[in-house]
Amino acid sequence: MTNLPDGRYVDDTPFDATANIQTLERQDLDAPAWLLVWRKFRRHRLGLVSGIFLLLCYMILPFVGFIAPYTANERDSDYLFAPPQSVQWYHEGDFIGPFVYPTVAEADLETFQWKFVTDTTTPLPLKFFCQGESYPLAGLIETDVHLFCAPEGATIFLWGSDRLGRDVFSRILYGAQLSLTVGLIGISVSFVLGIGFGSIAGYFGGKIDWVINRVIEILRSLPELPLWLALSAAVPSNWGPVAVFFIISIILGVLDWPGLARAVRAKFLSLREEEYVRAAEMMGASSGRVIRRHLLPNFMSHLIASATLSIPAMILGETALSFLGLGLRAPAVSWGVMLNDAQNLASIEIYPWTAIPMLPIIVIVLAFNFLGDGLRDSLDPYAD
Amino acid sequence: MAILRYAVYRFGTMLLTLLVVSALVFLIINLPPGDYLSNQISELRASGQSAGVAKAEFLRAEYALDRPLYQQYLIWIGFIPGPQGFSGLIQGDFGWSFEFDRPVAEIVGESLWLTVLVNLAAVLFVYLIALPLGVLAAAKSKTWVDYTSAFVGYLGLATPNFLLALILFYYGHKYFDLPIGGLMDPQYEGLPMSWDKVKSILIHLIVPTFVIGTSGAAAMMQRLRANLLDELGKPYVETAIAKGMSPPRMLIKYPLRMAFNPFVADIGNLLPSMISGSVLVSVVLGLQTIGPTLLTALKTQDQFLAGFVLMFVALLTLMGTMISDVLLVLLDPRIRYEGREA
Repeated sequence: MTNLPDGRYVDDTPFDATANIQTLERQDLDAPAWLLVWRKFRRHRLGLVSGIFLLLCYMILPFVGFIAPYTANERDSDYLFAPPQSVQWYHEGDFIGPFVYPTVAEADLETFQWKFVTDTTTPLPLKFFCQGESYPLAGLIETDVHLFCAPEGATIFLWGSDRLGRDVFSRILYGAQLSLTVGLIGISVSFVLGIGFGSIAGYFGGKIDWVINRVIEILRSLPELPLWLALSAAVPSNWGPVAVFFIISIILGVLDWPGLARAVRAKFLSLREEEYVRAAEMMGASSGRVIRRHLLPNFMSHLIASATLSIPAMILGETALSFLGLGLRAPAVSWGVMLNDAQNLASIEIYPWTAIPMLPIIVIVLAFNFLGDGLRDSLDPYAD
Repeated sequence: MAILRYAVYRFGTMLLTLLVVSALVFLIINLPPGDYLSNQISELRASGQSAGVAKAEFLRAEYALDRPLYQQYLIWIGFIPGPQGFSGLIQGDFGWSFEFDRPVAEIVGESLWLTVLVNLAAVLFVYLIALPLGVLAAAKSKTWVDYTSAFVGYLGLATPNFLLALILFYYGHKYFDLPIGGLMDPQYEGLPMSWDKVKSILIHLIVPTFVIGTSGAAAMMQRLRANLLDELGKPYVETAIAKGMSPPRMLIKYPLRMAFNPFVADIGNLLPSMISGSVLVSVVLGLQTIGPTLLTALKTQDQFLAGFVLMFVALLTLMGTMISDVLLVLLDPRIRYEGREA
């Protein structure tokens, strides 16, 4: 800073006329788009935690047989509607490691229910890596090793047992296999249909667009559940559990695509006017190639975010259908099938633990919502 | 009178949509192999009761179930004459329920009005809850008010309706002495409307309304909040504040009016999911709406009953959407009536 004789101040640093042009508009142009998305998503704490949680949940699915102390349909007829047991660590002040107290069922002649009396004198330590009923690990290897099981002469019903004496905790784990994958299969169906119809309508326009648009409007204006019910009622009752599972997922997906198709169509309508589309067309690219290589990648990320947001609806849909007895059926185990037991007020009042499967449903649905919100917010890394 | 023309145009499209929906419904209903009567016939044959077989065969011809599918459809709608001449849905003949052995109209009867009532109450509830909460959440964004309402909203979206119903019923009865199950006290069933009956219905409506409305209210609230936040960031808001307008007055006078349109338009998205919810909740809570009827009809392949209920549900949704569209035009002078496509 120089003080000129006439009292003015002048900055000494040399003036660079091009400096303004050379500075980067943004500091983050050094990275590819996916990295920017990841950086932005990482700041979205709730979304990140939910994403990791969901990833863990899905990774556990093949190994639920190992974690669950019982298999899905293993019954203990001496323990019908047994209340949840807790795992203890200290017995009369001494540390013994994880153990349970044995319980004995006694008939209560006033209420005509089984009362479960805990015998707190004999702690029975849990067994680890022990042998129980055999199950296929990851669907392939037949094994009978469980992470932990009940000691001799006691049971380990962490979240109680249901009306047939089956362990609710183990069944929730097994139920996750179906309940969580139903959404994935459904969303794949909906994705294929939605992108297919949406891009055809948006890209070609004209009569096809008009027809598809009307179909979308009609399907969107109808209540989903009655249609789901009607379609699932059409599933023949002699089909096996696996077939029913697939058809239910497909039904859920078939009625979900209009929302997606609408978004795809709107995007296509604006994108097909872009220069690069015309350039590709002039170079002789077929419509299919233009759609696949030039248009879809543009907003695939948005589609993924919206798909994440519609998975919960499918999980809830499966639950509702199974709950009403028109979805998956026993012996298949899903959270909806389990909640079918908690259908009346009596069981909520007397055996509240039969309604425990609602907790994982709420948690999973919330996690998907948070993850979807996080993804949606971070997908446009250049926006502030 | 452009608005009237628009209303008529909208009514016309609704009728057309309804026609397409009827074909769709008929197709879905007939997806399972066989029909109620042919199942019954084969059952009767298996047990060797020939008298029953003759009756069922007679009924099959009486209701045109022995004709090709497209003819059955046209007879059902009332476009071509059936065995009794023109007697389809448009002539006001809703068909016969084989499961209950009574006309469909008699079975659904009162439950139609109760269905409308339950859904109307739920829509009102959604607006009454979502409007103040959404505005509050936007005005106090990023404070505990916002976070609490967002959390409650998320929970409302994530909890399965039917479980919420059971739990609220249980606790509502335990602590507030709300009635369990049904839409009215049993002694009023089948009686004409009276003041006591209305009172009984209103008290019974509390829990179902809450349950059906919660998830819709949560979604609506979040959308209103987002719209309002968008508006609040605009320069005219700053101008209004700079001119010294009090915040509540400013909020209500300008941004709220702008954010209000999507709020009304949204009923089209909201209604289908709410009616879905009401069917489910009615089954769980044993409300005398058409929900439980639909479930039995679908399970037993009672096709005329199931078809009628599905059509009614669709009609209810389409009517709601139409009314909201017309309301939107009334509310927002910027929307043009003519040629409003898609």
